[in-house]
Amino acid sequence: MSAITPEIVAEHGLSEDEYKMVLEIMGREPNINELGIFSVMWSEHCSYKSSKKWLKTLPTKAPWVICGPGENAGIIDIGDDDAIIFKMESHNHPSYIEPYQGAATGVGGIMRDVFTMGARPIANLNALRFGVPEHPKTRHLVHGVVEGIGGYGNCMGVPTVGGEVEFDASYDGNILVNAMCVGLADAKNIFYCAAAGIGNPVVYVGSKTGRDGIHGATMASTEFTADTEEKRPTVQVGDPFTEKLLLEACLELMQTDAIVAIQDMGAAGLTSSSFEMASSGGVGIDMNLDNVPQREENMTPYEMMLSESQERMLMVLKPGKEEMAKAIFEKWELDFSIIGTITNTGRMRLFHGGEVVADLPINPLAQASPEYDRPYVPTPKRAPLAPGDVKAPADCMATIKALVSSPNGCSKRWVWEQYDHMVMGDTTGLGRPGGDAAMVRIHGSQKAIAMSSDVTPRYVFADPVEGGRQAVAETYRNISATGALPMAITDNMNFGNPQRPEIMGQFVGAVQGIGEACIALDYPVVSGNVSLYNETNGQGILPTPTIGGVGVIQDVSKAVGMGFVAQGEAIVLIGATAGHLGCSQYLAEIEGRKDGPAPHVDLVAERKNGDFVRGQILAGAITACHDLSSGGLGVGLAEMAMKSGLGADVEDQSGELPLHAWLFGEDQARYLATTKDAGALLAAAKAAGVVASQIGIVDGKDLTIAGAGTISVSKLSDAHEKWMPDYMAHPDFEVG
Amino acid sequence: MKACVIVFPASNCDRDMKVALERSLGSPVDMVWHRETDLSGYDLVTIPGGFSYGDYLRCGAMAARSPIMAEVVKHAQRGAPVLGICNGFQVLCESGLLPGVLMRNAHLKFICKDVSLKVENANTIFTSGYSSGEVVTYPVAHHDGNYFTDAETLKAIEGNGQVAFRYVNNPNGSINDIAGVLNKAGNVLGMMPHPERLVDPLLGGIDGKPMFDGLVKSLAA
Repeated sequence: MSAITPEIVAEHGLSEDEYKMVLEIMGREPNINELGIFSVMWSEHCSYKSSKKWLKTLPTKAPWVICGPGENAGIIDIGDDDAIIFKMESHNHPSYIEPYQGAATGVGGIMRDVFTMGARPIANLNALRFGVPEHPKTRHLVHGVVEGIGGYGNCMGVPTVGGEVEFDASYDGNILVNAMCVGLADAKNIFYCAAAGIGNPVVYVGSKTGRDGIHGATMASTEFTADTEEKRPTVQVGDPFTEKLLLEACLELMQTDAIVAIQDMGAAGLTSSSFEMASSGGVGIDMNLDNVPQREENMTPYEMMLSESQERMLMVLKPGKEEMAKAIFEKWELDFSIIGTITNTGRMRLFHGGEVVADLPINPLAQASPEYDRPYVPTPKRAPLAPGDVKAPADCMATIKALVSSPNGCSKRWVWEQYDHMVMGDTTGLGRPGGDAAMVRIHGSQKAIAMSSDVTPRYVFADPVEGGRQAVAETYRNISATGALPMAITDNMNFGNPQRPEIMGQFVGAVQGIGEACIALDYPVVSGNVSLYNETNGQGILPTPTIGGVGVIQDVSKAVGMGFVAQGEAIVLIGATAGHLGCSQYLAEIEGRKDGPAPHVDLVAERKNGDFVRGQILAGAITACHDLSSGGLGVGLAEMAMKSGLGADVEDQSGELPLHAWLFGEDQARYLATTKDAGALLAAAKAAGVVASQIGIVDGKDLTIAGAGTISVSKLSDAHEKWMPDYMAHPDFEVG
Repeated sequence: MKACVIVFPASNCDRDMKVALERSLGSPVDMVWHRETDLSGYDLVTIPGGFSYGDYLRCGAMAARSPIMAEVVKHAQRGAPVLGICNGFQVLCESGLLPGVLMRNAHLKFICKDVSLKVENANTIFTSGYSSGEVVTYPVAHHDGNYFTDAETLKAIEGNGQVAFRYVNNPNGSINDIAGVLNKAGNVLGMMPHPERLVDPLLGGIDGKPMFDGLVKSLAA
């Protein structure tokens, strides 16, 4: 075995200081296998070394939280022994290099995180961010990512029910693919990763190990440069067919009492799964790599330990259960191999060809991984932007049309129609994609879960604290607008290089804002993922802490959708309007400006207004509801109209504000609701101390706003639906 | 009446089919694993949607060679009813029980949405719950639903009343807008759209329910 030179250490992404720690822990020079293991275990991706200090500050507890961050996914209790297990995770770097496989394996990986805990996945969501439409790569990346997500999720038979698709120049060289999976488990039968039982067998199941994805975790922890595409071999290839079999086989085995612990092989493959199991359980493992099912010949221990081949699981079984477990995996035509034994040594010993090829202490490596308190600079506050400082448009109705047909405001039907969003037979009619929150019924019950993923990166960039709060609040509103009670979130923190103090400042601010919102809304973080170094040639992305929220409605028949329901119903605006145009979609799309502060998120109002809206929906007093976000009131009205084909007559209640600030301001904590009885709803709002006013009625097939004009809803819809398919059908683009 | 759902590796609408059948039948429906070789005792055999064997080869081609398919063929030859939806339709074509093939969608993309269908032939055990010419809404969810046959076969199936459903707005390029096709005897139906997904008002409609109600009624008679 060759000596470890400083060059080899650098190639493994370890700093000089980190290598000193390696020598200290080992008490000798590591061999190449051992160095490789340190390298992936201490990569940013696996160790959270830059973010740990701040993530620890997030609120993670509530009486309904069964399991918070630290396991494969977070778990909440929704009653009747139903547990919801969910998490969001990024697959940004691989998806930029090879969009189809990068996105597909992102979806596959997050589903494994969920079913490894005993849940059947029941919904997938995806938050996608691409470069500007004009960028030469954007079409290719959109095409590949969407097809990859569909290719994997559709084959698995798990409905893809929601998400986001946005475009911004900051993602030109570094797209974001954030995949969320939500699963349903029996709260009495949840599986964790802590290994136990000296002498128990360690079993490998699933696909064979190949040479794909070696050093994927290390790649995900560095910046991109112009030659990044040369890293294509580090992207794994997905096999959804095998994953479907693995899912069914695991769930079948989980119905027995054979499993002590189980962990999927995700980033850093066999290394991280075995170390996490051993470390969580405080035990050691002896592993014989000769027994690892291998796809290719002459694989070295180094390759086997670092491979990121997909669709694999590691389990610890109770003694004597091997044959029964094996029969299940054979039924599903999957590999099953006993590759190790639990020991009391506290060490990971790897054997290959009769020799010890690595011998590492587990706890120092897994738990004493580096933790940095990186220097940071808070993002400076921006100067206020008065509504009067923003030019009025010539025609407000044309502006609404422009906003709903812009790349970021248009319908994403082209995307979600490529995803099977109805398989499993529980996606509700109102909860299909294109609404505020997706809704999936708990099979065989009257309950349903509502899910939404949100973040407004331009707000986070302007003010990380407000932006962090807003991302949480928007999921809260989207879920509340269906009638469901928001229960918990998963956070997927996508940021640039944390070694730059201003980027670290964005991260610290966003965590602060997220934490504040979680506390105020009683809406804890139960799982998450951090993706740093989202930079290309030193250019960072907009800070993008994507929040995935999950809520529950006990009686799904009470849920409402966002489309207008019936002519003549009153339209009520809930929440205070101040005409905040800073960082607004109007400012960006119409004026080409990105200045001004992010809107302030009044968390007390968010809570109060959310509780009010939800209560009124459950009481049957609201017939349709929509949260107001990008594009403000004008776009919100248009979306409710387009969803149903019904129009509206709306008064001008701008008062002291310029009309365009009233229509396009992005003040937070607001909803639009329709009701049969405006008097009762307004009286209830008054009694609850909630700002509300009737602004119009559902009427005809045109959207008419006093002082602004009229536009036909069908024309708005045509414009809304047109951009995305037209863009993707561009003649210069060949499907390849 | 006894009904079953055949399950191949990576079938994934098996539960949906079972739920829809049980809703109309009022009694339990069995799942039959593809390696089994006995279908005696079943009046109705159904093949669900999904991605059998990942659809890595031609869709349905691997499943059509599973042990259970020999029994499904015998069941059909006895004149007993067989219903294949989506991947099940592909399996029935690949196994020779139905004419034609299913190719990639004309636009080359997976498509999942509600579509309107015209019931072409309501005089079958599968469609007796509808009237001929009625327009119904079913969802589609497929990548390879572009039905094709040679001209002679097409003429025959059109002439024999073997077209059960036609798309009102063809979503995938299928020849003559064919969405569902019967065998000559009328006891085997394959269709790409998913009636089993719209049997509950909460899920967005119940246009699929008359198919299962009608099947149960016909078979009970």
